Amino acid sequence: MEIHELKNRINDPRVIENLLKAIRKLSDRIGPVRIMHVCGTHEHEIVRFGLRSLLPQEVEIISGPGCPVCVTPKRDIDRAIFLADRCIITTYGDMYRVPSNSGSFEAATSEGNDIRVVYSITDALDIAANEDKEVIHFGIGFETTSPASAAVLIDQPRNFSILSVHRLIPPALSFLLSPGEAKVDALLNPGHVSTIIGTEVYEDISKKFRIPQVVTGFEPADILLGIYMVMKQINEGRCEVENGYKRAIKREGNRKAQKILKEVFYIKDAEWRGFPEILDSGYGIRDKYEEWDALKKFEDELGDFVYEDQGEKGCRCGEVLRGLIKPEECGLFREVCSPSNPVGACMVSSEGACNIAFKFG
Amino acid sequence: MCLAIPAKVIEVDKGVGKVDFGGVLRTVRLDLLEDVKSGDYVLVHVGFAIEKLDEEEAIECFKIWGAYGDTRA
Ligand code: SF4
Repeated sequence: MEIHELKNRINDPRVIENLLKAIRKLSDRIGPVRIMHVCGTHEHEIVRFGLRSLLPQEVEIISGPGCPVCVTPKRDIDRAIFLADRCIITTYGDMYRVPSNSGSFEAATSEGNDIRVVYSITDALDIAANEDKEVIHFGIGFETTSPASAAVLIDQPRNFSILSVHRLIPPALSFLLSPGEAKVDALLNPGHVSTIIGTEVYEDISKKFRIPQVVTGFEPADILLGIYMVMKQINEGRCEVENGYKRAIKREGNRKAQKILKEVFYIKDAEWRGFPEILDSGYGIRDKYEEWDALKKFEDELGDFVYEDQGEKGCRCGEVLRGLIKPEECGLFREVCSPSNPVGACMVSSEGACNIAFKFG
Repeated sequence: MCLAIPAKVIEVDKGVGKVDFGGVLRTVRLDLLEDVKSGDYVLVHVGFAIEKLDEEEAIECFKIWGAYGDTRA
């Protein structure tokens, strides 16, 4: 079977209709629920297919901090820009226009720095192999993306280092469920992060916070299935981790990728844009690979790097990322802040909640 | 950013695979997976295959929802 046939089969209109029927039935029984997802791709697909409008009014789907570009602190962007006068910086596309304190990668390029967008970190390696200048790859992304960074460092490439801003999802979930944050009844866990980390890692969270979780895929039918499965748990009073994306995810995850991650990275406390520092939520590069760690390799130069936070200029990305407000509730949305003139990161990235709300709203 | 696209593996050569994204061919790294064979379906993210896809499982999972094959439904 070809991929598109599989997609058609999964999203068969009968499947969609039956899932919606089952969701409506459960909704009548359990009343209002707030379900949070933490994946930019989920938000994108939910809005693209208008899934919210198909759901009963009592079922609210809120968007959490699922966009790696959006949660990357301004300090780290500025740090990379600071190093750009002596190196080539490579970055994944969405990061290029994100505003930081000292501008953005885009602005730094127009000032004569060499900052290039790559599709894969292997493209960055190719650049390093063909240039005399050092290449620093700006390593953003969750557990889905981090193994690629780890895998290339194992090969000990020439002329190359990574500024690791990689982040881990489960610690962010624990943070979001702590008192004072958005009230959430259930979680749809990110499918592609979970291909790497599996489903087992979420089990303690369900126990500790008494919350149902379903690891969810990305087809419209997958997302509806995830919603149905968490609602079924709520109806039955269960708080478990279930796998709604079995075709791609094993309970233990991708062991080989986990081993590679562990070989190269250690886990540290880390800042997320819009959040306070989150315990054990970032990947740093181990001493064994310090030669490829931009923070170590350019330690002397970075001694002169000073960062002064200039505040958010009315941008409420932090609250958007924490599921506390919807993009439309930000006073700058649409009139002042738009994809062509973004104030915050959430308006730049194609996975940012503000950008998605603007484009499809 | 965490988008991963399904593709079919056409050729495997020492940790690198040629894959088909519904007509578009690309080379991807296979470092993160064990025993990838041509004909396998994989999910590709930033140039790396991150997991294999089990199509049987997909059909199994949604069969009950669609009543596939039942023309009366
Ligand atoms: S609309 Fe713009 S300014 Fe408001 S929260 Fe979103 S990105 Fe920030």
